[in-house]
Order: sequence, then C-alpha cells, then structure tokens
Amino acid sequence: MISVSRVVKSYGSGAAQVRALDDVTMSVEKGEIFGVVGQSGAGKSTLIRTINSLEQPDSGTVHVGGRDMTKLAGRELRQARHDIGMIFQHFNLLSGRTVRANVELSLEITGAGRAQRRTRALEILELVDLHGKADAYPAQLSGGQKQRVGIARALASNPSVLLSDEATSALDPDTTRQILDLIRQLSKDLSLTVLLITHEMDVVKRICDSAAVMSQGRILEQGSVEKLLTTEKSLLGQALFPLGDIPPTSNAVVEITFTGVATDRPVIAQLARQHGIDVGILGAAVETIHGRQTGRTRLELPGDERTVSGAVADLRSQGLYVEVIK
Amino acid sequence: MIDRNDPYFWADLLDTILRGAGETFYTVGVSLLLTVLFGLAAGVLLVTTEAHGLLARPFGSRALGVALNRVLDVVVNIGRSIPFIILMILLIPFTRLLVGSFIGPTAAIVPLSIAGIPFFARLVEIGIREVPRGLVEAAQSLGATRWTILTKVLVAEAVPALALGLSTTVVGLIGYSAMVGAVGGGGLGDVAFRYGYQRYSPEYMFAVVILLILLVQLFQSLGNFAARRLSHR
Ligand SMILES: Nc1ncnc2c1ncn2[C@@H]1O[C@H](COP(=O)(O)OP(=O)(O)O)[C@@H](O)[C@H]1O
Ligand SMILES: [Mg+2]
Repeated sequence: MISVSRVVKSYGSGAAQVRALDDVTMSVEKGEIFGVVGQSGAGKSTLIRTINSLEQPDSGTVHVGGRDMTKLAGRELRQARHDIGMIFQHFNLLSGRTVRANVELSLEITGAGRAQRRTRALEILELVDLHGKADAYPAQLSGGQKQRVGIARALASNPSVLLSDEATSALDPDTTRQILDLIRQLSKDLSLTVLLITHEMDVVKRICDSAAVMSQGRILEQGSVEKLLTTEKSLLGQALFPLGDIPPTSNAVVEITFTGVATDRPVIAQLARQHGIDVGILGAAVETIHGRQTGRTRLELPGDERTVSGAVADLRSQGLYVEVIK
Repeated sequence: MIDRNDPYFWADLLDTILRGAGETFYTVGVSLLLTVLFGLAAGVLLVTTEAHGLLARPFGSRALGVALNRVLDVVVNIGRSIPFIILMILLIPFTRLLVGSFIGPTAAIVPLSIAGIPFFARLVEIGIREVPRGLVEAAQSLGATRWTILTKVLVAEAVPALALGLSTTVVGLIGYSAMVGAVGGGGLGDVAFRYGYQRYSPEYMFAVVILLILLVQLFQSLGNFAARRLSHR
C-alpha cells in the first residue's frame, strides 16, 4: 500500500547539512499498522511527511496505493491527499471552529455539499465517541478528545491510509492507550492502512503489526513485530525486553523468546528435569503484545558443552526462539 | 470671537459639530475600507511570501515571491516611518491628481488611506504570524488549495487579532483625520481648528475633544469586545 524506495532527503547545505533520510526503503502492507520507532531527530517526521508529499525527497520514490507521490503536483496531489489522512502530536485543530466545523473542513475541501457535510461529520464523530461535543470548541476539550477530533477530521473524507506523527506523545498513558485502541479499532472497521511514528516503544507494543527502527536517517531493521522479536540481536527485541547487562559467569547464557505458545508451559522446570541442569534465571521480561503474552528470559545453563547444546536443541524443538549469548 | 450670548450659539455649535462628525465618519469610513482591503492583502502577503511560506512561489516563481516580499516590506516601512504631517504634505500633488483637489473630506481620504494601509498591514502580519504553522500543514494534508488555507486557516484563525488591529487602526485614523481636518480636510479637526482655535471658542474646542474621546473609547471597546467574543482559544 505504501512503498518507499531509496529515499534521500537533506536539509541545509555545506558543513551544516543534515541527512534527515539516508537511503530509506520500506513498505507497508494494505490493512496493517506499521510503526516507525526512533529517537528524536532520527528522521521519523521527515519520513512520514514524504508519504503525503508535505516534504519532497531529494531522490527516491514514494508510492501510495500505486501512485508515485513524488511525481504529483497541484490538483492531482490534492486529490491524492484526500485519500491519506494525517494526525499530529499537537492536534492542529482550528481554534475558531467548533468540533463539528473542524471535521467539516475536511469535507469542505473535498467539495461535499452542506447537508452531506453535516451528516458525515456527525456520523464520524459518533465513530470516535465524540457526538456529544459537536458544538464545543477545541479549547474546551481534553487532549484525548482533541485527538479524537483530529482523527475524525482525518477520516471524514474516507481515506484508505492514516498517517500519525507522534499522535499520542502529548497525552498521558491512560489516554494514550484509549487513542491507540481507537486507532486499532478504526483500522479494522474501515480497513485502514496505518503508518505511525513514535519515540515510544509502548505504542509499537500495543498496536503495531509491523515496525521499523530508525536512527540517524536510516532504517536499521524492519518487519513484522513477531519476526523482529525473534531475530538475533534485534534492537526492537532488546528495547521491548530490557534484560540489562550479562553478569560475569563461566556458564553458558541463552535467551529464550516466546510468543504466546509457551508462556503457560513449565519450560524451565522441564529443562532441569530432563537434562539435569541447574538452571539459573538471570532476567526475564514479559509483555502483552497484541493481547498475547510475549516474553524473553535469560537463563544461565551450567554443564558441559554437550549438555547445553542438547538443551538448546530441545528448547528449539518446542518452537521457542533461543539465542545463545555466550 | 464667537458671541456666546447669541441665542443661536448652542444650536449653531451642535450643528457645526454634527456636520464635522459626519465628515469625519465619511473620511474615516472610506479610508478604513481601503485600509482594510489593501492592508489585509499586504499583511497576508508579507507573511506568506517568506521562504517556506504558503506563497513562497507565486506562479511557481520563488524570485517573484522574494521580490514581492522585499518590495512590500520596504514600502510598508517607508509608510510607517514618515510622520503623518509630512506624508500629508508630500501627498498633495498625488491627491490633487487623484481627486482634483487637496481640500475637503474626499481629498482627506488619500493621505489617511496611505497612512492606514501600512499601519494595518503590520498588525495583520503580526496576527497571521501567530497562527501555528501546524494548522497550515493540517489543511495541506487534507488536500486544501492555497486559497482555502489562506481564507479558512490563516485569516480565519487570525480574526480575533484582526479585530483588535482594526480598532487600533480606526483610533489611529480618527487621530490622523483631525490632523488633515486642521489643514482643510474638513471634519472634527476642521471644527476644532477654525472655531476653537482661530475664533477662540473653548466650547467648540471642548465639544470636539469630548466627542473624540468618546469615539476612541467606543471603537477601542468594540474591538476588545469583538476580539474576546471571536476568540475561542
Ligand atoms: N525543515 C527543516 N530544516 C532543517 N533541518 C530539519 C528540518 N526538518 C528536520 N530537520 C532535521 O532533520 C533531522 C530529522 O528530523 P525529524 O524528521 O523531525 O526527526 P524526528 O521526527 O525523528 O524527531 C533532524 O536533525 C532535524 O534537525
Ligand atoms: Mg518528529
């Protein structure tokens, strides 16, 4: 649905030049929620802004639903943007318009008639659970409510893509969760493809099907969240399951990642019993990802090489992802 | 010297003051219309033709944007830096060319508008600058045209600031109109000068001053009220 290929974008010139995007290639499948994580300054905003051509890359292509956004201008570009909604960290609502009028702006732009605008605005406000606030002004709303208006405005014209630039970064944790759940729900109900960027791992954990990790204008890894978690030395995995430094030990150390299946099985006890190993637990982290228990455990396995490799093979045969650290 | 004991003294005073006020309203009213029209356009252009502004490349040309921005900036600065009394005199030939004479309420419109436009343009510029850039981006992301963004975002969001700017401008124009009046532009300034000063009538002078104070109060309060009502921040 979205495909970014070899995109480069620099700001400034000479010694002060910053490569905000340094040969970025990525793709987002139709209907999925794709999260780009990275620290501030990584180039996330620049990336998402090239998708709807708010930013024009120096080179490379950006396709959305088959259209090359970098080639569009004028009327064609505006039309393409009707199909790509966007929400923002600071909501960007018009202070002089009521909630309903803010949503209607989107429909005024697409050229809908007055009656149709009204009906559609109220309908979409219902969808984001804000029908009671149609006549309020943004200043009278909480942050979460403001973002709901932002979502309603973005989706009023029935786009197939939703872009989110740190949409929950100005919200408290509870509200963040509500907004993320709403985005997830809407993406299902309206078959939306969602590209969101964030500096918070929690966002990826809660709603993303796929993710990319970005740093200094480059994408360091990308893929489905599950696949990334079970990839050796995955940055996403390490960030989601921080197990800390490995303590000095002469024994073998392994890390087991399990998604769903094995959490309720007594893996460690079994290991001790069947292989006669005195397993030591060095660290563990469990997270709910997409409603499934996912976790990583770091174990110390005393014993000779053969015992250890036998144990590792056994764990792998149970469908667990095992990384031998040392 | 006007005879205060003349039985028609107060009736004449009222008559003269009302005629003067009428002329002032006419002069200031028309000047204000022109000021708002051109000042708004100039103020909006001053902000939007800057680098990365909405009209950074009018008709696809950045050079045109830069030129427009520079010229407007210089013109507005010149307009703002010439003291009104000098501007008024400088403009006499131009006024004569335009309206055939430099005396009378209609002629007064020329210097008043030319002083008012750059004044209001700066106030518009300040108001538009305060509109957060994110709002423009949001509208762009929705596929809005530049005209829509200009009218429904930049100007619409600046309306409370514009209302305040408008009342400040009206007050300024009333002040200037008195100055033009004193040199033949009619209106309340003319009354104060000819009756109050040249014929030593403190009653006339006093009446004009009171009326001016009331007018300024009225317009400033109206502006403040409108700004408050229009702002939903
Ligand atoms: N308009 C701009 N002009 C100059 N530099 C910019 C501009 N926008 C972004 N940058 C620079 O590009 C880099 C990436 O910025 P950004 O995409 O905003 O990062 P993120 O959203 O990940 O925090 C930063 O170094 C930033 O300073
Ligand atoms: Mg950013």
